[in-house]
Amino acid sequence: MADARNSESLGKRCYNWLDQRTGLGSLMHEALDEPIPGGARWAYVFGSVLLFLFISQTVTGIFLALYYVPTADHAHTTVAYIVKEVTGGSFLRSLHAWGSSAVVIVLILHLTQTFLYGAYKGRREVLWISGCALFGLMLAMAFTGYLLPWDQKAYFATTVGTNMASEVPWIGSMLKRFMRGGNEMGTLTLSRFFVAHVFILPAIILGFIASHVYLFRKAGAAGPPSEHPIEPKLPTERFYPKQVLMDTAVALIMICVLGLLSHFYPTELGPQANPADTQYVPRPEWYYLPIFQWLKYFKGPLAVVGIVVIPALTAVLILALPFIDRRLERRPWKRPIAVGIYFAILGTLITFGLLSKREDRLDPAIAKQVAKQNEETEQFMRAPFEPEAAASSLSAPAVVVALDPVAAAGKKVYDAESCDACHGENGVGTNVGPKLAGATAQKSAEELTKLLRHPTEKMLAGEMKAVNVSDEELKALVAYIKSLK
Amino acid sequence: MPSFLLVRFSFSKTIGQNHGMNGTEYQTAVRNEPLSRRSFLGVLLGFGSVVVGSALAIPLIRVALHPLLSKTTETGWSDVGKADEFASITGPIKKLITVEQRDGWRKIVSEKAVYVLPAKDGAMRVLSPICPHLGCSIPWVEAKQQFVCPCHNAIFGVNGARVGGPAPRAMDDLECKIDNGMLKVRYQYFRQLIPTKEVLA
Repeated sequence: MADARNSESLGKRCYNWLDQRTGLGSLMHEALDEPIPGGARWAYVFGSVLLFLFISQTVTGIFLALYYVPTADHAHTTVAYIVKEVTGGSFLRSLHAWGSSAVVIVLILHLTQTFLYGAYKGRREVLWISGCALFGLMLAMAFTGYLLPWDQKAYFATTVGTNMASEVPWIGSMLKRFMRGGNEMGTLTLSRFFVAHVFILPAIILGFIASHVYLFRKAGAAGPPSEHPIEPKLPTERFYPKQVLMDTAVALIMICVLGLLSHFYPTELGPQANPADTQYVPRPEWYYLPIFQWLKYFKGPLAVVGIVVIPALTAVLILALPFIDRRLERRPWKRPIAVGIYFAILGTLITFGLLSKREDRLDPAIAKQVAKQNEETEQFMRAPFEPEAAASSLSAPAVVVALDPVAAAGKKVYDAESCDACHGENGVGTNVGPKLAGATAQKSAEELTKLLRHPTEKMLAGEMKAVNVSDEELKALVAYIKSLK
Repeated sequence: MPSFLLVRFSFSKTIGQNHGMNGTEYQTAVRNEPLSRRSFLGVLLGFGSVVVGSALAIPLIRVALHPLLSKTTETGWSDVGKADEFASITGPIKKLITVEQRDGWRKIVSEKAVYVLPAKDGAMRVLSPICPHLGCSIPWVEAKQQFVCPCHNAIFGVNGARVGGPAPRAMDDLECKIDNGMLKVRYQYFRQLIPTKEVLA
């Protein structure tokens, strides 16, 4: 017995030890030995690649949050800091931004593969619906993330995006105010979008990913289009190693492409949002261009049709697809109508996207403004990083002192009497003396005068001595202390 | 027939259907596989995962380590005044300077006091007013021609040398230079209560 145990390698013994306590073996078996009818294929990589991209977006996002502050007065400065100062910051931000485009592209590929292979058929309705929900949630991630840099294009694109919500019948205006945190875009909008982007949506997405993977395993891999969707007959191959290897290879290509794009085409940051700018021509990210173009065709009272009715009907149609198309036939060439509709929709979207680009190019006024905006972005990117003056800086008290000659005289007394030795510059306090700005400064002039002439027992114990200056100087000193905010 | 397809075929044959296999059957199936290829693929996969992982980890680590990788954020030079202004002074002069410090994406501007001493052999000296005893600001007492700390009566001479009281060393010199006729100083804090001057980070 002892010999048998010794003959096992250390690695094997460690694995056994862990397995007995965690059930790691059966967990790995469960995760990696999923049978694939007909074997591994490159066509099946998209789901895993999406999972990989989601993880990549999560970790890059977390590291961006190291330097980001989600308030209207700091957001743009902190993103500029990431882009212009932080080591590798521009690269990381570009990875995150290009990653979001990659998610949308791979989502479309995943959807197209599932559709062409008829992989939504045969008791896979719930799986399909969870996939649709993930698609919508990912688009919501793109929408909420877009605002966070708080530059011109982020601000104006989101202004348009949230305005669209007001077209929803009955609750539209409420919905818009809910999204914005008020009537206008502002710091509350940014807070809301940030919380949605980093807490709420990712949590919901995680839940849906878990359910999507679980439902996929429950239904089983569908295999090639010739396979029966409920009772597969083809010989199976396990997920590990070949499919895993293919998935990893594509993930590797993905990260290389994202890395090259981020290196050679870093994501730019425009000038800080200026709500007073009336010239700005907002344009959404490429994946929202089709809907942007689409909306141009619905004017006045018809807007509700373009913004709400048709998109809602399309969404319902897509969600209900496995209920409408109930045949078990999976081969695309035997489903010409379904495949035809799918490519018609996809083709329309691409056409709208291209049309929108074309119209912008052909309209001289817009082309000129867009060129100007691009030039402003280039200019901002070339300028060195401008740190933000901290609120606790000199400026505020200095201004008060400059405006009030009595307080200015008081500051001289304050410095001459070395009050700053314990109470700090401008009464901000030190570890040996309390802060004067704030509560102390709120006391009445009489009370302050009395305390300075006759310190209390507690003050004396803290080495605060009576101030020995003329009455006039004391008056100035009190005025100065009262000016400290 | 491409070798790629061959691989898949032989794989499928070896393993066959594994719906509903129990643990023992699964183990047997694993053993019956052509082991060398399985382990080769395993190694390839391990290698691939490490490459993907590190491709993603390196930019993350660089960003997280930025505060360590970037140049130390030491305070820069602050203007004290025109050098001519101090050419003919006879005693220490108190000057207020603005010190700009970087705190990540913020800059903190604060006002600090320094003493400019009369030049000796053409060399300017600037003293920190902070007492090396316990950190109070030391005023120059014109009548006594001495620096006298209001807190615990540490006394320093006109050149900042220790004369009496509890201070463990002389007043601290600040690094200064004349640049384009402008006296500039690098404002720093020093450790208190020790006999040697030591910069606080």
